[in-house]
Amino acid sequence: MKDRLKSTPGAWVISREILEASPGYPSKEELKRKPVIVIECPEEIPCDPCETICPRGAIVVGEPITNLPRIDQDKCNACGLCIPICPGLAIFLVDNTYSEKEATVSFPYEYYPLPKEGDEVNAVNREGEIACKAKVLKVRDPKSHDHTSVITIVIPKEYSNQVRGIELQQKVDKNE
Amino acid sequence: MGKETMNVELAVVGGGPAGLAVAAKAASYGVQVTVFDENERPGGQLFKQIHKFFGSKEHQAGIRGHDIGYSLLSQCEEFGVKTMLNTVVWGIEKNMLGIQNNGRTYTIKTKKTIIATGASENPLCFPGWTLSGVMGAGAAQTMMNVHRVQPGQKALMVGSGNVGLIVSYQLLLAGIKVAAIVEALPKIGGYMVHAAKIRRTGVPILTSATICEARGENEVEEAVIASIDEKGNVMEGTQRVLPVDLICIAVGLRPLAELCWMAGCKFMFLPVLGDHVPIHDENMRSTVKDIYVAGDVAGIEEASTAMEEGRLAGIAVAEELGYLGSEEADEKKNLARKRLESLRLGPFGDTRAEAKRKLTESEVNR
Repeated sequence: MKDRLKSTPGAWVISREILEASPGYPSKEELKRKPVIVIECPEEIPCDPCETICPRGAIVVGEPITNLPRIDQDKCNACGLCIPICPGLAIFLVDNTYSEKEATVSFPYEYYPLPKEGDEVNAVNREGEIACKAKVLKVRDPKSHDHTSVITIVIPKEYSNQVRGIELQQKVDKNE
Repeated sequence: MGKETMNVELAVVGGGPAGLAVAAKAASYGVQVTVFDENERPGGQLFKQIHKFFGSKEHQAGIRGHDIGYSLLSQCEEFGVKTMLNTVVWGIEKNMLGIQNNGRTYTIKTKKTIIATGASENPLCFPGWTLSGVMGAGAAQTMMNVHRVQPGQKALMVGSGNVGLIVSYQLLLAGIKVAAIVEALPKIGGYMVHAAKIRRTGVPILTSATICEARGENEVEEAVIASIDEKGNVMEGTQRVLPVDLICIAVGLRPLAELCWMAGCKFMFLPVLGDHVPIHDENMRSTVKDIYVAGDVAGIEEASTAMEEGRLAGIAVAEELGYLGSEEADEKKNLARKRLESLRLGPFGDTRAEAKRKLTESEVNR
């Protein structure tokens, strides 16, 4: 049997530790308590549309523009406007309060075809591995998003910290 | 063979992001501008950059490259910029350009010239590199995003700088499978966020790895990749064969500076900016009177910096030609320089900022 090509460990990976230590990442307590915006942007790159678009001033980059985005979870009402504007597709919304056993994860998605609301799909983690089954709750693709759709999926709560997308809906050959 | 002569106040060679930004800016102050471009459409690489740009609001962050291109074109139109497409600028000497359009040769007399000819992709030589299906990542991007043709069904990307990562993502968007990204260095070169969105689809990124060979009868059918040691030598026994029909090369760019050489500009060797780069001052003026440079030809960066350099040069030229008072010009130039500076901050920008300082502070500018 052919073994699958694997990424070189450490080559690209945004480790959980790096992410959780970055100022755009909510605390464990916040993740439990309310729907939260999760910013996975751990490198100092010159970019601040997340700050500009936030109507509540909850995301601050400031000067210099290479500061990592900080988020004030008390000001943030998880409206999600920052998700489709982020050029790095690095902003997510995690809601662990969705139901007793389920959470929702919202993420940016630019592939076609889009999934449909109600579809059963495979949720994937940051490495593109299938983590669990998911149900598509919402697909938002208004003109203002400029072709970056925001998909919301329902998943078992224990996966909410690792699921960041879904398997591509186009046919992909999985044997390689 | 008759030689016709035309007079142009400001000639801009190259209608990419830098050239169009120069043209729109200078024309907005009243300069008579003509843009020359060898392609059939203006815009350079902007119209294949379908991703949302980084930066801040003043850099048009969050807007897709092609939309920025359309807005530049409409500004050029609004301010009466003339464009000569399908036109090759083949010669330059002082305030004269030699151009060819539709089989005819013309001489252009200019007061000022901006060379904004951009860059070309670096090739990579390996057995099989001339097979059909081996191409620059930029070429694949042009096929997909401009001509809407899939350059293959399954790809190997060589190089993990931002070009390699972004084009890999765009291959996926175009429904093309990406078997792997290989990178010779131990770490990826581009932004982590670009790598992260590709990894979410499961595409493996192999570092300390290279392509050894492309195989196929008339076109690419397979790629052989392998791990390499610190010295760049292939480690025996690590070879893998990937069934791919497309191999994209994204191993850097270098300035397309032939016209600058021809004009007698002085150069500096700055590997971080892509190779030999024409020395320019803080107004983007080269070491040759009346010749300015902007964009990738003045050092490999990206479209946002190219446009800001273009605006800076456009203001400087308008001032020199007397369309703008020096006080107003200084104020506007300083704003443009600030915007440029902010794009060169952080671990990805500071080596470029340093190299740019070497250029502008070079003694030959004085």
